[in-house]
Amino acid sequence: MAHIDIDIHEGHAHDHDHHGHRHDDHHDHEHHEPGFVMKYLFSMDHKMIAKQFLITGILWAVIGVLFSVLFRIQLAWPNETFPILETLLGGWAEGGKLDPEFYYALVTMHGTIMVFFVLTAGLSGTFSNLLIPLQVGARDMASPFMNMLSYWFFFLAGVVMFVSLFVQTGPASGGWTAYPPLSALETASSGSGIGMTLWLTSMALFIVSSLLGGLNYVATILNMRTKGMTMFRMPLTIWAFFFTAILGVLSFPVLLSACLLLIFDRHFGTAFYLSDIFINGEVLRNSAGQIIEGGSPILFQHLFWFLGHPEVYIVILPAMGMVSEILACNSKKPVFGYKAMVYSIMAITVLGFLVWAHHMFMSGMNPFVGSIFVLFTLMIAVPSAVKVFNWITTIWKGNINYTPATLFAVGFVSLFISGGLTGIYLGNSALDIPLHDSYFVIAHFHIVMGLAAGFGLFAGVYHWFPKLFGGRMMNTTLGEIHFWITFVGSYCIFWPMHYLGMTGVPRRYYSFNEFETFSVYAELNIFMTVAAIVVFFAQFLFVINFFMSAVSTRRTKSKNPYNASTLEWTTPIEAGHGNWPGAIPEVHRWPYDYGKDGYETIPQTIPDSRLNEIEKKGGRTSR
Amino acid sequence: MSVVANSNENKKILSSGRIHPKMFALMMGMASIVMMFSGLTSAFLVRKAAGNWQNFKMPEVFVTSTIVIVASSIILHASYIFLKKEKFAIHKILLAIATALGCAFLYLQWSGWTQLDQIGIHLNGNPSGSFLIVIAGTHALHILGGLIFLVTYLFYSMAKHNVISNPVQQLYESSRPHRFIGMQLLLVYWHFVDVLWLYLYFFFQAQYV
Repeated sequence: MAHIDIDIHEGHAHDHDHHGHRHDDHHDHEHHEPGFVMKYLFSMDHKMIAKQFLITGILWAVIGVLFSVLFRIQLAWPNETFPILETLLGGWAEGGKLDPEFYYALVTMHGTIMVFFVLTAGLSGTFSNLLIPLQVGARDMASPFMNMLSYWFFFLAGVVMFVSLFVQTGPASGGWTAYPPLSALETASSGSGIGMTLWLTSMALFIVSSLLGGLNYVATILNMRTKGMTMFRMPLTIWAFFFTAILGVLSFPVLLSACLLLIFDRHFGTAFYLSDIFINGEVLRNSAGQIIEGGSPILFQHLFWFLGHPEVYIVILPAMGMVSEILACNSKKPVFGYKAMVYSIMAITVLGFLVWAHHMFMSGMNPFVGSIFVLFTLMIAVPSAVKVFNWITTIWKGNINYTPATLFAVGFVSLFISGGLTGIYLGNSALDIPLHDSYFVIAHFHIVMGLAAGFGLFAGVYHWFPKLFGGRMMNTTLGEIHFWITFVGSYCIFWPMHYLGMTGVPRRYYSFNEFETFSVYAELNIFMTVAAIVVFFAQFLFVINFFMSAVSTRRTKSKNPYNASTLEWTTPIEAGHGNWPGAIPEVHRWPYDYGKDGYETIPQTIPDSRLNEIEKKGGRTSR
Repeated sequence: MSVVANSNENKKILSSGRIHPKMFALMMGMASIVMMFSGLTSAFLVRKAAGNWQNFKMPEVFVTSTIVIVASSIILHASYIFLKKEKFAIHKILLAIATALGCAFLYLQWSGWTQLDQIGIHLNGNPSGSFLIVIAGTHALHILGGLIFLVTYLFYSMAKHNVISNPVQQLYESSRPHRFIGMQLLLVYWHFVDVLWLYLYFFFQAQYV
């Protein structure tokens, strides 16, 4: 692979910094090496914090996906028993059959873990931390200390959630949306007790983590860019992280309000969300003996979805940004319609705040109000389509290097199209009447948000692995096998769900034994479960590849293994805290000068006057 | 980390006239606090519109607390002006007064809730009262956060800002970009929670009629 090492130290270059040499040896002189605790645990280096987020995210992903396998087993073989489940789960699977209460706990925890811990913290936490300072040319975040706090609040949130898995009454089991009254009354179900309290505590900690991180990301992007890095010279990754952070900073506080009022309802006898609750024929009274009345459970739904919908963009935008970057870099073509991409991200962000009630079409909402939300929802299809066309035109006739990262990026585009199209169905309030709360919804959001963001995460890890682990690369063959099993397997899991949903199979049901209509799907359910199990085990190819490669002794000799143009590839292979040993490089061009004037890549750091310093090979000549 | 704090690029960024990154982070933080309180007050309006709503007159003490917090904000601003003029003694005295008024505000809010309790408005009663207590309580927590920073800064300023005799150090000190950033952060946040209370106060006054 052609590669160019650019000496970034103009003028006052460090004379001990030459092409091809290892750059990590002299850097340690500049500050003393921190001890183990400060280096690996309470690190303030954004690169280490990124690794902490990523590894924590991977651990949570294993737990979260394992839970889905467990409840898929119940759905496929509702009449069978699996003694191994009793061995693993004890009282939750007596006689080898999942307890219905625990089934709901698994569904709830799967959603919570995947949405918040894996696809928010694991994805945005990892790559915003890794790439923002590196790609805008900053030594670190605006506040490295807040950044460290952000990770440790996330870690604490994880600990609390993990503990909740082991309490005797089980973790929260009212669905990841935690709708009252199920979540507000401790006696409503076994998971509504201590499990729900821990869930709320964990979410509050997670929100704090997310806010601390988000503030930092925005402040860094707006204030810490290197000389020459104008806003429209930023890579699309940075644009995506920027708007992701804005979404988070403005929507998570509203979830905090919702949780706050819920906590008061649960523990202090208020009635924000509760009204006219009867338990065993007795009307519910608070500790003062008054009837609890006047609250509105729909109020919670509004507050929840005001975060909940932006949350799906918090999950998908970073993946979109990384896919744009990876596709351009690996097809050695500029991103098609760079500004259109930026404005699409912006439009998605703004519209993302105006569509929350499309999750609530069936909550008794005035149909005229619903029609406004239909309009805004369908409008999101426009910027989304712009992005899809631009990804396709970016790789069109490109000189594509099919790395595992490229494969996952292309897979992302495929999934985003498949899942996005069903979004147009669900966004219509009339079509939502038969489709709501059915497997059609499950298929839609898993493909468009869950899988697509997951593929973005994989693409990012494969692509930036040398940046995360000092020039080490992940095994390509294992990566390709991982991709194909995951890609084909994922479609096998979720595609059939569309058919189930269209005939009205409801989501969140423990068993369909009582419904003669749905017995036709028995074999399809087994098929989906088998696919889920295969895909689950295929992920261990990734996990093994990840940890084996991270400690491997083989490293790339090149600072810039993909011949990319962006700034993160100008740091030493093992960059210390501060990223660049000398001066921060200046930026002279936009990030996508691929295949321009016969150069395969013109790095952002090269002004026109120094073009003669880079090799003129492999690039397409401009026609 | 020293690498980050002492780098020349950072100084360049700080002296370039751009807004200080910490000030920017604070502004984003305030935006998120605004979102939180808009969430809470929207919930208030939605709930009120649903009926079964008990109106009551807010205790007089909230008027006093409002005056106190506004006064605290003004005095802190004056303190900042004297800091810029390098009149450190007056700066410290005013800072202490503003802090004391902040504490007084919290006390007055507390007595406001006690009086509410006496007229029969309880946390677990009609949501109209619950909302007042929860929203004002959340605001009080934000004041408390500000007070912690105020007290920390007060101790810090007692130890520092003494007259510098060394002229070189004096010159260095006076030309440092963003030399008052700590105080500026504090001031902006304190004005913010003050205005936030004004909004909440007039919101409640308009709603409980």
